[in-house]
Amino acid sequence: MGKKSSKDRLTNEINAGSMADIAFLLLIFFLVTTTIVQDKGITVKLPPWSDVEVDATKLKTRNVFSVLVNAQNQLLVRDEPANIEQLKDRAKEFIMNPRGQADLAEKPTKAIISLKNDRGTNYKTYLQVYNELKAAYNELWEEEAQRKYGTAYSDNMPREQKKAIKGKIPFVLSEAEPTAFGDEK
Amino acid sequence: MSKFSKKRGKATPAISTASLPDIIFMLLFFFMVVTVLRDSSLMVKVNTPQASELTKLEEKSLVNYLYIGRPKETYEDQYGTSPRLQLGDKFSTVDDIPLFLEKHKIKVPENKRARITSSLKVDGDVTMGIVQDIKTQLRKSNQLKVNYSAKPKND
Repeated sequence: MGKKSSKDRLTNEINAGSMADIAFLLLIFFLVTTTIVQDKGITVKLPPWSDVEVDATKLKTRNVFSVLVNAQNQLLVRDEPANIEQLKDRAKEFIMNPRGQADLAEKPTKAIISLKNDRGTNYKTYLQVYNELKAAYNELWEEEAQRKYGTAYSDNMPREQKKAIKGKIPFVLSEAEPTAFGDEK
Repeated sequence: MSKFSKKRGKATPAISTASLPDIIFMLLFFFMVVTVLRDSSLMVKVNTPQASELTKLEEKSLVNYLYIGRPKETYEDQYGTSPRLQLGDKFSTVDDIPLFLEKHKIKVPENKRARITSSLKVDGDVTMGIVQDIKTQLRKSNQLKVNYSAKPKND
């Protein structure tokens, strides 16, 4: 009697052999539909809106690193034409002023980058310029972190250290209202 | 001694495949979690430019997407070829942005609202005019955290 019941149970067991196939089918479906999107980009903090125009004339010209991009995607850096390739190194030199030149920033905390573009400027060029300026600061922060703490500048370094570096070399970028010479319409 | 060697030589034991479904299920769950089903289809051509100084967008639920580009061929007759803004799944104007931001905001828990980021997915060939208008509108709506979407530079 006991033997018979165990036999019954055996025959009633569900065959799990096809489970793997079913799982495979689902797996393949998700494999095909998955797009592991890497959402990355340049994060920017826009200034709050105010109707009062900021007066830039109060600043000393030596502390302002002006970058102008026109509708032909040409660059004018501190009133002379320049290439995108030179931009990063020039910005770095301007901010740190290693040789204490009289026409570069007094000190990193006073340095201001002023970016102005035209409504006809290509977005690609604009982003490239922004990228280079950000790269200049990132490299300076990296150098500062290496010099002071002997570690790489990264998100997982202590907050105070990061704050100290950013306090010494603050990223100040002001964007002026663009001109409208090359607007498309 | 001879007893052991005899047995081994005769037949290699078959590998048990009983755990195979479990392994496959594990993979399945991984892909199920990772998968993001797109909710809006793109009506504008967006080919983001390349950049090197990138930061990753952390929480997907805190991000709203604004697409800017020229309409795709199928929509050219209706909407022309000048750059347009797409919010959600329809063409929009700059004036629709505040409502769009508000609609996204109410879905986010209150303590996280300060961390909402707007991801601007802008085509590289678009001129800055429309981008500038959108930036101004974002500033007026007090949405100041912005991420210019870009592809990593491979060099």
